[in-house]
Amino acid sequence: MNSARAIVAGHADFAAGLLSAVLQITGRDDIFLPMTNRGLGAQDVERLMADLVERSGAEVIFTDLPAGSCTMAARRLQRQQPDLTVVTGTNLAALLDFLFAESTVAGEAARLATEKGRASLLVSTRPTSSTSGGGPSGGD
Amino acid sequence: MAIELYRIDDRLIHGQVVVGWGQPLGLAFIVLVDDEVAGSDWEQELYRMGVPPEMHVYFESVDTAAVRLGTYQEDQRPGLLLTADINTMIRLVDATGSIPAVNVGGIHHRAGRSQRLRYVFLTPQEADDLRQLAKRGVLVTAQDVPAARPLSLDELLAGEGNR
Repeated sequence: MNSARAIVAGHADFAAGLLSAVLQITGRDDIFLPMTNRGLGAQDVERLMADLVERSGAEVIFTDLPAGSCTMAARRLQRQQPDLTVVTGTNLAALLDFLFAESTVAGEAARLATEKGRASLLVSTRPTSSTSGGGPSGGD
Repeated sequence: MAIELYRIDDRLIHGQVVVGWGQPLGLAFIVLVDDEVAGSDWEQELYRMGVPPEMHVYFESVDTAAVRLGTYQEDQRPGLLLTADINTMIRLVDATGSIPAVNVGGIHHRAGRSQRLRYVFLTPQEADDLRQLAKRGVLVTAQDVPAARPLSLDELLAGEGNR
């Protein structure tokens, strides 16, 4: 197995899908390893994740849901390996930021990526009537 | 009855429970019955971190759950009771006699188990334990998520959910 800086783990094809998007956007996904919990019990998830971390040297684990079995496994692993960083609620913006922060220490890069990921969550709503006077309907 | 679902799931608190069932049932609390977790502050903290702040998690051993089950059942809020294995649920059924139905939600592969459904693997002893549970008058069904059709015990044991 090649070395990797981070593992991306979650339900079903969560990791594979995100890394597919990372690859399409940047042309590379080599610092990440995907992992799924599909069909695995809690102990199997923990064993697989520990094996991936050991064999790849990954220092960060990105997961999907706070309650997910991958997150639980990552936190258990972190208890044994306190230098591991666990990021929950991972999104594409966070992974892209982490990818381009190779010169930054992994834990700090994960923290910065989390800020980027959080900032990328935005809600766009229809402008209210008081502010839409210059919009298409207001110009009729 | 406030406890909407009595579930056997070896992952205990995880995405299917908190979100998959938690959202449609409007779960306000989870009763996690596990002797090991009930004796470990660290394990309890781990599981608490997995649920949203408005959802309460109560940790019980089989013995303490047997004493408090009636209180949980009378709670006006919707709740879910979880065990990690069949044996724990049987002990609770025997101790209380007030569990009407059990949902088999996830028992995954390990040595000695054979696959019955995509998400249920059983040893011969575990299969017999489920039959014994049904003989006690408990309705045993298998259903991983609310959108799936609940499968009868016969369907579960025959592996008919795989077709």
